[in-house]
Amino acid sequence: MRFFRRPPAHIWCQQVVEMVSDYLEGTLPATERRRLDHHFSVCPPCATYLAQMRETLRLTGALVPEDLSPEMEQEFSEIYRRWRTEG
Amino acid sequence: MSIHAPRLRWARRHTTPVDPDLRLLERLRDGDEEAFVTLVSRHHDPMLRLARTFVHSHAVAEEVVQDTWLGVLRGIERFEGRSSLRTWLLAILVNRARTAGAREARSVANSDSPEFVAAVDAGRFQSSGAWSSPPEHWVDDLEERIGAQALRAQILAALAEMPERQRAVVMLRDVDGLRADEVCQVLDLSAANERVLLHRGRSRLRQALEDEMGAVPA
Repeated sequence: MRFFRRPPAHIWCQQVVEMVSDYLEGTLPATERRRLDHHFSVCPPCATYLAQMRETLRLTGALVPEDLSPEMEQEFSEIYRRWRTEG
Repeated sequence: MSIHAPRLRWARRHTTPVDPDLRLLERLRDGDEEAFVTLVSRHHDPMLRLARTFVHSHAVAEEVVQDTWLGVLRGIERFEGRSSLRTWLLAILVNRARTAGAREARSVANSDSPEFVAAVDAGRFQSSGAWSSPPEHWVDDLEERIGAQALRAQILAALAEMPERQRAVVMLRDVDGLRADEVCQVLDLSAANERVLLHRGRSRLRQALEDEMGAVPA
């Protein structure tokens, strides 16, 4: 029976990289989170991986939306007027 | 005149911030065309990018966005404010984009592989699961080294290569800043699926940037 098996104290790097997103989302159970916290404190490559993931999120979040072109603005004004005349 | 009255007004104004969308919506309901165009431009880019996830051609994606806004105008009295305006209109967009995508007869069935895709290639680990080829520390002046434009291009290229739902989730969460529950609502996903798609997408983006780093002399 495996119901009462204790969770392994150790976690491998290959498992860690699969949990980094949930770790950053804050959706991991507390015990898993503590295992990862500990792993990052003793494993520099995984700590680097985590830092890279944070940097990736920062860069992705910095993509600037493109503005509406004047032509598109014109088209949307027409859509609005079309709707007004429907009423 | 009570001396307390101004303070009360001040307190009320600052404790209940009004969503700018809702103010624009009010003006729009009052027949203000400029408010409509402002509202459109606030959401246009995320909508167009999301539409492009489901339809192949840029022109069709633009039609989907325009069609969505016409639908929004026609249904404006039905918007009850239970979700944010953004979530509401993105959900309308996704419905229309899916229909348009099906019309385009573009196969989507096998583009969202349910198979496990590793966050990092298995070849970079020893059989024990420890790193054999660990990631190298990224330089701090990443943007200066590579250039903001090149980084942007790299991220957009990686996004373009993703399966559609993965791309939609990453864009909505990490580019447009929606919450997880909002993304589930917009794309009609379970929370678990949203997390898996986000994880895979973010892992791919990190890998794409790592590949770009490799091309830069240290």
